[in-house]
Amino acid sequence: MTTSLGLDNRKMAFWAFIGSECLLFASLISTYLIYKGRSVVGPYPHEILNIPFTSVSTFDLLMSSLMMVLALAAVQRGDLKWAKMWLFLTALLGMFFLAGQVYEFTSFVHEGLTLQRNLFGATFFVLTGTHGAHVTVGVIWLLTLWWRALRGKLGKGNALTVEICGLYWHFVDVVWIVIFTVVYLIQ
Amino acid sequence: MSAAKAVSTWKSWLTTTDHKRIGLLYFWTAFAFFLIGGLEALLIRAQLARPGNTVVSAETFNQLFTMHGTTMVFLALMPLSAAFFNYIVPLQIGARDVAFPRLNAFSYWVFLLGGLFLNASWLLPNHPAPDAGWFGYANLTSREFSPGPNIDFWLLGLQILGVASLAAGFNFIVTILNLRAPGMKMMRLPVFSWMTLVTSFLIITAFPVITVALVLLMFDRFFGTHFYLPSAGGDPVLWQHLFWIFGHPEVYILILPAMGIISEVLPTFARKPLFGYTVVVYSGVLIGFMGWGVWSHHMFSVGLGPIADSVFSATTMLIAVPTGVKIFNWLATLWGGQIRATSALHFAVGFIALFTIGGLSGVMHASPPADLQQTDTYFVVAHIHYVLFGGTVFGLFAGMYYWWPKMTGRLLGEALGKLHFWLMFVGMNLAFFPMHFIGLLGMPRRIYTYGPELGVAKLNLVSTVGAFLIAVSILVFLVNLWRTRTRGKVAGNDPWGGATLEWTIPSPPPPHNFDVIPTVASRLPRWSMTQLKAIPEDAELEKPHAPVGSWWPLVAALGLPVLALAPLTHTLWVAFLGAAILITGIYRWAFEPFEV
Repeated sequence: MTTSLGLDNRKMAFWAFIGSECLLFASLISTYLIYKGRSVVGPYPHEILNIPFTSVSTFDLLMSSLMMVLALAAVQRGDLKWAKMWLFLTALLGMFFLAGQVYEFTSFVHEGLTLQRNLFGATFFVLTGTHGAHVTVGVIWLLTLWWRALRGKLGKGNALTVEICGLYWHFVDVVWIVIFTVVYLIQ
Repeated sequence: MSAAKAVSTWKSWLTTTDHKRIGLLYFWTAFAFFLIGGLEALLIRAQLARPGNTVVSAETFNQLFTMHGTTMVFLALMPLSAAFFNYIVPLQIGARDVAFPRLNAFSYWVFLLGGLFLNASWLLPNHPAPDAGWFGYANLTSREFSPGPNIDFWLLGLQILGVASLAAGFNFIVTILNLRAPGMKMMRLPVFSWMTLVTSFLIITAFPVITVALVLLMFDRFFGTHFYLPSAGGDPVLWQHLFWIFGHPEVYILILPAMGIISEVLPTFARKPLFGYTVVVYSGVLIGFMGWGVWSHHMFSVGLGPIADSVFSATTMLIAVPTGVKIFNWLATLWGGQIRATSALHFAVGFIALFTIGGLSGVMHASPPADLQQTDTYFVVAHIHYVLFGGTVFGLFAGMYYWWPKMTGRLLGEALGKLHFWLMFVGMNLAFFPMHFIGLLGMPRRIYTYGPELGVAKLNLVSTVGAFLIAVSILVFLVNLWRTRTRGKVAGNDPWGGATLEWTIPSPPPPHNFDVIPTVASRLPRWSMTQLKAIPEDAELEKPHAPVGSWWPLVAALGLPVLALAPLTHTLWVAFLGAAILITGIYRWAFEPFEV
């Protein structure tokens, strides 16, 4: 279908969606920054955040973006075998990230940091939780594409679908880089 | 002419993806909510008609002004604009439908269900309707001060409605940028479509912010966090910032479509091209940008300090410039034109006059010392009604008289239309002009009664009479709609001699809109016929067909209110049920074969 700007409708809508999501995360990150250092009781960030562990999670998510790029390239050249492989690996790394987040949240709660405990807990869990929810949606999306590939229904003609999923996945990854920097690295 | 009549059954309306039908659904639903919001206003005015009145209790009064504001903003004015986005924009740009027809249906159903969800609170035992004002300031909305489900209905209902607005925003951005007919360059786009585009950008950037504000409130109320609670270091002012960062762009979301409408109506009935098209368009875009930099003028009384106050005072005065530019452009459009004083033109000119008054009191709010005297008084109520009633509502009625023939095939009665206009114009000024004085004399807004010693009893009575006069004018409009349903003059393709593409096709248009997509060579294609390329003899005509429908947007939309019931009823399985409905809807939607 020809369009006025030559850009596919779905892709344009998705870029608009990403713009909208930027405002969502910007609001959450601003809230985190505004409330930084205003908790009246501990635990405080420096007592609890585990930078080495989260660095591994971050690396894992970055690698999943690489897998996504490879998956898209495979779909674009019609290579179903490798498309299946890379899509699955992207989803798998996403699931590793989520497992890391579950572990992190659980251990924080054991150390006394809950949603209700202080402002740090509230802002931290809502911000990273919203990001985690986005990763979950991404994993479900990737597994759906993988399932389509397994049934042989993901040909060259679906490259755009995979590309849009990739846009989402990379966006979620970039948001994590910002969160990792703002929340973990600059305390 | 191949005007294929589409079948009209219950099923065809529930599954429709035709932008024209969705536009009509938006119109009737939003108009019903407009009447409900109006009834709430009448009860408020009845209570305030004289000092110490007891028509309603203080609690009910709180609910009435909260639901009146929330209903008018989110359930009446925005969706009435959306009705025109839906019906008119694809016709103006020469498209067969919007870019994502099923997403469009989804927007409508989510809007309807969100509106019903919000209003269902009236029907429960003890009618726990929201009662903390339409901007629900923290920490009045905390569990401590609002223990009932009232605020829960409000925050969950608004989150549902946000989804509808966002989905529509993405849809219209892509539609307008990507589905224009050949030759329809951006600077040939009709101003109404331009303003729809700017509004859509404002929607997709403003709604995420209120979503976050509401999510934080939800966590405070349901999960025991302290985002807005000072007892644990939280800050109620954060709510004000988040709300107004959304809330001020929202004001422009409400007014820009109406400005777009009158920019279509004035040239048609002055028989002159819009004066300074480019400047009007750029002013609209500029207002869209600057609308992001003025939010704290809603918060001068917080005491943000001299620097913040000065900056926001300056930006607020500055944003009056592009707005004023537009007003002069509209006046210059009328100047020297061959004026046909139709009902639509009456409302458009009424818009200019009343909106200017509202704009002037708005500039007064830009001065923090003056604003401190006006905040939370009826002066602000007067201002908001001059811009949103005198502005948006008059603009929307101009649009109704102008496009009703296109949407139904019949013209509305002109005599009743003018009666409607004059009753509404007089009623509106009687209702809202005295509020300036009532406010400056010191009557606070949102208080259910007042004493006789305040000396505002007569002014309040005048205001109440005005409100009921507005109600009479709405009845006249309804009579007009009813009478012209069968007896109205048949419109034909173009009853007004309009310049834009929607007037080149039958009224109402066939399901596929255009037999052949036109090629556009000028800004006013119908006023320069030599430039509108004729359809070649051998052109292949689009076969008359109705777009296939889909159930899945409706199913997916149903998931959202069910999800919202989960926190309200504190039951986890309801959440799973809602999620299951939503996911089923989305998956079936994604994998069903669908052709536009």
